Amino acid sequence: MSDDDLDALGLLHDPVRRSLYEAVAGRGGEVGRQEAAEAAGVSRTLAGHHLDKLVEAGLLESGFRRPERKGPGSGRPAKVYRRAAGERSVSLPPRDYATLASVLADVVEGLGAEERAERAARVAGERLGRSGGGRPVEEVLRERGYEPYADGDAGLRMRNCPFHVLSREQPLLVCSMNLALCQGLLEGLGEDPGRARLDPRPGECCVALSKTNED
Amino acid sequence: MHLAQLNLAHLRAPVDSAELAGFVALLEPINALADGSPGFVWRLKESETDPTATVVHDYGDHLLINFSVWEDLDALWNYVYRSGHLEVLRRRREWFRRLAEPTMVMWWVPDGVIPTLAEAMARLERLKAEGPGPEAFTFRDPYDASSEAASLPAAADARK
Repeated sequence: MSDDDLDALGLLHDPVRRSLYEAVAGRGGEVGRQEAAEAAGVSRTLAGHHLDKLVEAGLLESGFRRPERKGPGSGRPAKVYRRAAGERSVSLPPRDYATLASVLADVVEGLGAEERAERAARVAGERLGRSGGGRPVEEVLRERGYEPYADGDAGLRMRNCPFHVLSREQPLLVCSMNLALCQGLLEGLGEDPGRARLDPRPGECCVALSKTNED
Repeated sequence: MHLAQLNLAHLRAPVDSAELAGFVALLEPINALADGSPGFVWRLKESETDPTATVVHDYGDHLLINFSVWEDLDALWNYVYRSGHLEVLRRRREWFRRLAEPTMVMWWVPDGVIPTLAEAMARLERLKAEGPGPEAFTFRDPYDASSEAASLPAAADARK
């Protein structure tokens, strides 16, 4: 655990900053000051102050959005915020599961044991699903950090990949295991595992869930 | 700088065999997806009119060659792993043998330069012999465009 991580996460103890962070992260894209201020229920000036603190700490990134109208009178480019790409984690006592997972992923690849890994992920997903106690799948996915959101009429997509670092290192293995895990999760929750499919897009989880027939 | 990539696949059966028919049927849509992807610059094509024609070369009939140029590493990564191409990649064992040695290599080229297949094969040999470096690297061990350039023969030629 680094002091930086602890300091950055400590900033979120402030309820205004926390709701501003959630407003920005929950949008999955760029959010302006005004919009974030409204979501958090604070003034634009106060929102700007806290948003910039979050940028300083590396929890958010900022940029400028060009005004839609061009030429004189179109105003300055608006400052916008998005969630920073870097990860922060704090564990007491210190734990490092990512390094071991990375080594194990390399072993799976070296052995050509991808199918075995997918089967194991499916079983692990079923176990997680069964312990989900019959709750809606969206709730279980949210709790597991996938940040699901309704994708129009298409079903559910997930904004966050809980296995991000590993999925950069070993995308084929990790995305395939993640799909199997989600299918197992659905099965364990008593839903149709066929709802989960790969539909990768840049910057999101590679798995999408189609709608159920009842929806 | 642009990013060049060479990828070799070792076919399980001749490309015109029934075993490979499923793969050949995917060539047109998957190549169209590549050509339309953000950051796509160029790829080696055997034919402008037949999208199922695979690259003809002198490196062995069992080798399928995929050779392309992209604007940057993220553009290629997003096409390979964050598009419909991922689903095709998942089926690779149906059509291709597993190889213990590296089959994919990347390197930087000056904008507008289209490298030759012979150079691409030499880059792959370099990766096999010396491991990843600024002149021949992989997604797992990438090098950015500023790390190399000056030392590249291709870059030196372009400045002359």
